[in-house]
Amino acid sequence: MIQAILVFKNHGKPRLVCFYQRFPEEIQQQIIREIFHLVLKRDDNICNFLWGGSLTGGSDYKLIYRHYATLYFVFCGDSSESELGILDLIQDLVETLDKCFENVCELDLIFHMDKVCYILQEVVMGRMVLEINMNEIVAQTEGQNRLEKSEGGLSAAPARTVSTVKNIGLLEIPRIINTGDLNIKVPNPSQFV
Amino acid sequence: MEAVNLLSSNRYTEKQIGYLFISVLVNSNSELIRLINNAVKNDLGSRNPTFTGLALHCIANVGSREMAEAFAGEIPKILVAGDAMDSVKQSAALCLLRLYRTSPDLVPMGDWTSRVVHLLNDQHLGVVTAAASLITTLAQKNPEEFKTSVSLAVSRLSRVSPSRGTELDTDRCAARSQHTCPRCLIPRAVLQIVTSASTDLQDYTYYFVPAPWLSVKLLRLLQCYPPPGPCPPSRGGFGGPALRPLSEPNLLVRACNQLGQFLQHRETNLRYLALESMCALASSEFSHEAVKTHIETVISALKASSFHVAVGSVLVPQTERDVSVRQRAVDLLYAMCDRSNAQQIFHLLHSKFHLCSVPTRALLLSTYIKFVNLFPEVKGTIQDVLRSDSQLKNADATVLEEMPPFPELHAVSVSRPPGAGRCAPRAHRTATLRRRAARGRFLRLTLRGRSPGSRLRGQLRQEIGSSRSILNSEDVKMFTEVCLAVSAVLAPSPPSAEAAGSGRRMFIFYGNKTSTQFLSFTPTLICSDDLQANILGSVAPRPLAEAACLCVAHRYGGTFQNVSVKLPITLNKFFQPTEMASQDFFQRWKQLSNPQQEVQNIFKAKHPMDTEITKAKIIGFGSALLEEVDPNPANFVGAGIIHTKTTQIGCLLRLEPNLQAQVKRLEGIAEYA
Repeated sequence: MIQAILVFKNHGKPRLVCFYQRFPEEIQQQIIREIFHLVLKRDDNICNFLWGGSLTGGSDYKLIYRHYATLYFVFCGDSSESELGILDLIQDLVETLDKCFENVCELDLIFHMDKVCYILQEVVMGRMVLEINMNEIVAQTEGQNRLEKSEGGLSAAPARTVSTVKNIGLLEIPRIINTGDLNIKVPNPSQFV
Repeated sequence: MEAVNLLSSNRYTEKQIGYLFISVLVNSNSELIRLINNAVKNDLGSRNPTFTGLALHCIANVGSREMAEAFAGEIPKILVAGDAMDSVKQSAALCLLRLYRTSPDLVPMGDWTSRVVHLLNDQHLGVVTAAASLITTLAQKNPEEFKTSVSLAVSRLSRVSPSRGTELDTDRCAARSQHTCPRCLIPRAVLQIVTSASTDLQDYTYYFVPAPWLSVKLLRLLQCYPPPGPCPPSRGGFGGPALRPLSEPNLLVRACNQLGQFLQHRETNLRYLALESMCALASSEFSHEAVKTHIETVISALKASSFHVAVGSVLVPQTERDVSVRQRAVDLLYAMCDRSNAQQIFHLLHSKFHLCSVPTRALLLSTYIKFVNLFPEVKGTIQDVLRSDSQLKNADATVLEEMPPFPELHAVSVSRPPGAGRCAPRAHRTATLRRRAARGRFLRLTLRGRSPGSRLRGQLRQEIGSSRSILNSEDVKMFTEVCLAVSAVLAPSPPSAEAAGSGRRMFIFYGNKTSTQFLSFTPTLICSDDLQANILGSVAPRPLAEAACLCVAHRYGGTFQNVSVKLPITLNKFFQPTEMASQDFFQRWKQLSNPQQEVQNIFKAKHPMDTEITKAKIIGFGSALLEEVDPNPANFVGAGIIHTKTTQIGCLLRLEPNLQAQVKRLEGIAEYA
């Protein structure tokens, strides 16, 4: 069972946070910080598996992580998850993101958080891995995109949708964007009114 | 509230956002929950599979009890509906699993169970995987319902075939080329290659192994039931948890050998997993022997990995830098330790002892204690190690020295289960160990003498073990030594004659060799009433039958420690040596021949009768050694005066050794009435 999926920057700033177990807000922040510190200490040559920190179940849970340029992808799972499997899943997830966003970069995670969440929903459900087949995931996502387009997308939606999106406040748009050596893609802000 | 409204919208986009909002920020507001449940219910029953999917996702991610109540009956129907789409079936299976995990009582068994089993035959492997997970969990509580799944699982397993190795696979392999493909390491003998005519497994192939995760899931499902027939073979490095249910010894041995090869792989992840899996195998009786054959490999994994790095033109062996892998290696060493290799493993662990940090040392020491319990042949070696702890060069490191194995130490170590001997220094375990180890900490008592001209050692440091436990014979000996030896060191009388001999001081120096402060440090002197009156230096009128005891209570690392130490305050400390001539001596001797005044003891000599040592002891005892007083030159004669507050008691003693019989006779006479 997967307890949490975290994506954060090299400095520890979280880009995607999905907890599949209920934690209060402060505990969530602490967990993120703890995992970041655990993962940051790791060299690039050593294995990708760790025991969980004290807040995430200690030795009963394992952290499987992968480091891509400026981002860490961390899955926290219990002993029933296969390490190699989750490692492969992370790779699959990133490749899927790449296919869906065309040369995905960190900005996509920031500005298209909802889409990332939908993709993640295709992968993990109810703490279990739902689908590992990349083609399936991509097919589902493309189906969703088509539906969205047929309905006219967000900009054609009635005002209340737009206000809901604004009120969700899922994104924190940084003033200074540093993405290391990834391509910087400037999104079209008109989508968001 | 807005989000709930969105849920009921007909447009997919809005619905999606609404569901996202709900799953991220669900609250326990009862009003909203009812509304949410309503919307979800509508979507569940919707004809649009996407909407159904959204609803199922929401239920699975929230999984609250109210939702379970509302929907636990509905979902099985969706699951087994004939016209359901694959994605819906998948989602429904996992959703039901989630609800079952949170509220097992609310999921009723029914007709649907037999049809769920049938899902194992589905074409879509995602559905099969989800169904396998569901059935595994359900079958643990309701094995009867899902008995039919066994044969289906077996047949499904055997139908999983290797891919045909297309270019597509190679490309995907290259894309993941952070790792070297381990394909060459999976011997074909282990993989039972059965060709199949069914599904193309290209998408589910991992490095040319077909659908490994699915296979493991099916194996786990089979684990719930007694083995039906010939067991499917194990898969390369993936089936760690799946290997355990296999009870065929030769398969386990083959698995062990396979893992042994992985131990030397270039890829760190594989080394880690190999060590972990072998650790699990080591506990099984069949594979224990096979695991042991790999001990050399494990040791070399600890010391140096098998690959070399080219530095210039020279190949340099690299030590295992990965801490996690080293941890696993030590775990495995502990797991595979038994009578035959205990000695070897102990020496290996101990060779690194001096390099370890403090918490690791505490762990290692406790491991040694466990070894003492389990493997008597190593006991001697370990005891030597523990005794020679004082030789460890750790100037400013924490002194967590263990006592020699007293009986109650064994109780301390047995309380930890034998399988839990991980050497990873984790916070809570380290704290526990420190507390336990701290009980064995040594207090150094320094008894300092004032007189610069004293013959014997100016400072004597004695290490006296914590007397919480029974003092064994060694400690008694030490104690006696202290009584004898140090007495000469104590301060001689101050210059004035009247106060001659009345003052005796004992300095006690408390040293804290640990890096943590002692808090609430309270020394308490516990002694008999007689001595109580004499703490400030005057003399006891009666012989002190029981030695005084110093209790030191303090807080160390958050716990209270109480260390009791016997103080060497005995009567002989208050002797003042007196010189007298031979005539006087024997005159007094005859005078004081009252039986009450005389004590005689004949005892066998424990140690070789050395003149010098005996002389030293008598002097140390406090009396003056009177030379050439006794006509028999082999005898030792001494005299002294005990000064009390009120009286002075003269004491004479005579020690007659008998070399032939190896006995000694000690007589003492005192003027005591």
